[in-house]
Amino acid sequence: MSDTPAFEPRIVAFFCNWCTYTAADLAGTARLTYAPNVRVVRIMCSGRLDPQFVVTALRQGADGVLIGGCHPGDCHYQEGNYKMLRRFHLLKRMLKQFGIDDQRVRLEWISASEGDKVQRVINEMVAQVRDLGPLALVGKPTPHPDASEKHAAA
Amino acid sequence: MSETMQSAEPRVGVYVCHCGINIAAKVDIAAVVEFAKTLPYVIVVRDYKFMCSDPGQELLQQDIKELGLNRIVVASCSPLMHEATFRHATEAAGLNQFYFQMANIREHVSWVTADKALATRKSQALVSAAVRRVVLNEPLEHQKVPVKPNVLVVGGGIAGIHAALTLANAGKQVTLVEREPTIGGHMAKFDKTFPTLDCAACILTPKMSMVRSHPNITMLTYAEVVGVEGYVGNFTVKVKKKARYVHEELCVGCNECVEACVYKEGRFTDTFNEGLSKRKPVYMPFPQATPSVVLIDPESCIELKTGKCKKQCATACTRNAIDFTMTDEIVALEVGAIIIATGFQTFDATRIPQYGYGKFPNVYTSLEVERLVNASGPTGGEVQLRDGSTPKRVGIIHCVGSRDEKTNRHCSRVCCMYSLKLAHLIHERTDAEVYNLYIDMRTPGKGYEEFYDKLLKEGVNFIRGRAAEVTDWTVTPEEEGKLVIRAEDTLIGVVRRIPVDMVVLSVGLEAHADADEVRRLFNISCSKEGWFLERHPKLAPVSTFTDGIFIAGACQGPKDIPDTVAQAGAAVAEALALVDRGFVELEPNTAFITKELCSGCHTCIAMCPFSAIRYNKEAGVAEINPALCKGCGTCVAACPSGAAQQHLFTDEQIFQEIEGVLNYV
Ligand SMILES: Cc1cc2nc3c(=O)[nH]c(=O)nc-3n(C[C@H](O)[C@H](O)[C@H](O)COP(=O)(O)OP(=O)(O)OC[C@H]3O[C@@H](n4cnc5c(N)ncnc54)[C@H](O)[C@@H]3O)c2cc1C
Repeated sequence: MSDTPAFEPRIVAFFCNWCTYTAADLAGTARLTYAPNVRVVRIMCSGRLDPQFVVTALRQGADGVLIGGCHPGDCHYQEGNYKMLRRFHLLKRMLKQFGIDDQRVRLEWISASEGDKVQRVINEMVAQVRDLGPLALVGKPTPHPDASEKHAAA
Repeated sequence: MSETMQSAEPRVGVYVCHCGINIAAKVDIAAVVEFAKTLPYVIVVRDYKFMCSDPGQELLQQDIKELGLNRIVVASCSPLMHEATFRHATEAAGLNQFYFQMANIREHVSWVTADKALATRKSQALVSAAVRRVVLNEPLEHQKVPVKPNVLVVGGGIAGIHAALTLANAGKQVTLVEREPTIGGHMAKFDKTFPTLDCAACILTPKMSMVRSHPNITMLTYAEVVGVEGYVGNFTVKVKKKARYVHEELCVGCNECVEACVYKEGRFTDTFNEGLSKRKPVYMPFPQATPSVVLIDPESCIELKTGKCKKQCATACTRNAIDFTMTDEIVALEVGAIIIATGFQTFDATRIPQYGYGKFPNVYTSLEVERLVNASGPTGGEVQLRDGSTPKRVGIIHCVGSRDEKTNRHCSRVCCMYSLKLAHLIHERTDAEVYNLYIDMRTPGKGYEEFYDKLLKEGVNFIRGRAAEVTDWTVTPEEEGKLVIRAEDTLIGVVRRIPVDMVVLSVGLEAHADADEVRRLFNISCSKEGWFLERHPKLAPVSTFTDGIFIAGACQGPKDIPDTVAQAGAAVAEALALVDRGFVELEPNTAFITKELCSGCHTCIAMCPFSAIRYNKEAGVAEINPALCKGCGTCVAACPSGAAQQHLFTDEQIFQEIEGVLNYV
């Protein structure tokens, strides 16, 4: 065994308040264990997802981004998820042009009752991004092994 | 005060909750506390066993007062659970409640992470995100909107009936919408109810007529909700009333028209009797139908199909109630709250072909047998086989379409009890030998186990084991002419063949086939099986994720009548709490435009599903009406210049959160 720890991807998730965030809560209530690599940012609707959020997350050190919204037709705000879907396709194309594998950005429709889907999707995505390896971007910050140092300095 | 707070240097207090051992067992609280101390603007970090408790809340309130904190972060459960609690605590200490931020380290961390070190790191990341974000939070005010006092109840089974009556007795104006021509639901079909065996009609029909005569209830039967708009406290609902071809206000339910119909005998499937009898095109669903009004079925009425009938029914009606020109009608309602009580459907027994339903005439569903034992049913309460003879041996197969990987995994909760009820009734009326084939006998409930005991003493036979098949392939002279139930008797470990005259399939309870459409209409959620989803399985069992919409009865999951009625009462209490308060506070997470940045490109206007954005020609910029904005933020994401922003979810806040969650792995 080598001394350097195996690569553990860092994934930022944007979950809509009504379906996917609630599903993630349900996964918790049901004690469904899953990989700890995903950190959720709550937005009211997946339609709030500005492509800049994804780009920023990748630039700030994320190796992947997961977006979760209500199933088509179920949006709490009628059609925010459709609007996000359109942006998502454009965004994927753009990321490709930057040389970012489009498997690093994933969109899933997860309803409030699908706690098990949260577990499955997160585990799948973590495994997938782990296989892809770290996202190599010029100027991307390296993970701080000890953030307290960073802040003590700040 | 808020002005000065905003300009003042942020002073953040972080509170890490143990939640008993719910968080503390999986997250190193001390490490999270130490980490939080290193974050920018953090003045104080504390941990406590239960932050949501009074002493927990006092902790942060005291610090606001004594340490001059102006930003609060609580790392505990989901914001969907306790955000309101901590916002109120913050406000009570004199700080604007939106200077508060929550980090979800229970549902999203301690309950889902196996490794303690990793759970601790994830918690630190979430705390870091919350701290960075709260610094940018602004003081906001809730928008207060008046609530309409009227309530809509959808579904007129026992749940809807009980809900409508209770609301009406509290002085509310209630509209009860029922899809069938009569209210009553499943209960109206039963003769007796377990475990007390009291007569279903005797306890239900008085309630049904109270609904009809109550001055505060408008009953819309043969009607369905087709559109729902608006939000908590202010729903606009469209109801389609199907044409009955009979004026409800004129018909007195004398049935003269039914007598006079050109069809001398019933010819068409009577669905109320589960197809065990025939009705005419003009009919009364059942004698105690409420409203007591006939209707004409356009599929079978000669006049409505061809326009070539003698219309004897119309002539027979002395009140001129029959009107063949009637059309569907749309009724618009304005209500503050909605209770959904649409009940269940029974499992389709043809889906398990080995039980022979639809193939062998004397294989019945339990619901059909409910009609057979019913005094006002197709046989006047006689338990008869299709040929009119009385069965001597009857087999009741439990769990048909329940507790079965191939059909439904859930237990339907009422089948054991209603099977016992039917066993008792059949035995009592026919003296037949009755066999109950069960997997497990489930009789939890007041007086239920006692009822089971009584049946055991009555001499009903119980065989533990799932029935394999029902067949007419006989092997012994004793089986000749009978149906044979093959089942493994797991208590003695042999496969048995039980010859019977009648088989009763105890079909399970399922969500309605159209549950998904209904759910979409009301913007609520369903479980995978189609049961409407409650907001919290324990603490908010009748609320949904859509404020102002409540659920009651079997539409939420299989349940018996006592539980259904209790739940209907609970839904009423929630609805009353909402409408009697008179107003709702809307989350101030609306979008707004910074004029100086807006180029007037119109992108946002097309994005808004609520038409809340308009273009101000004179100023050359877009404007958002906060009263119409629902706070989705879609316009904000689309705005190319960053002029559109969303309160509580500004770009800057989200960027900070992103940076925060990536802070530590
Ligand atoms: C065979 C059998 C025997 C039973 N025996 C007993 C017993 O003895 N004791 C006991 O406690 N429980 C018994 N139960 C359980 C009992 O039936 C339920 O507890 C009860 O009916 C639930 O009431 P509900 O109002 O929720 O649903 P339902 O009775 O199903 O009523 C729902 C109503 O909503 C209407 N509806 C549906 N969809 C819509 C829509 N989209 N718009 C408008 N209206 C709609 C339906 O037409 C119906 O009138 C038995 C169940 C079965 C299957």
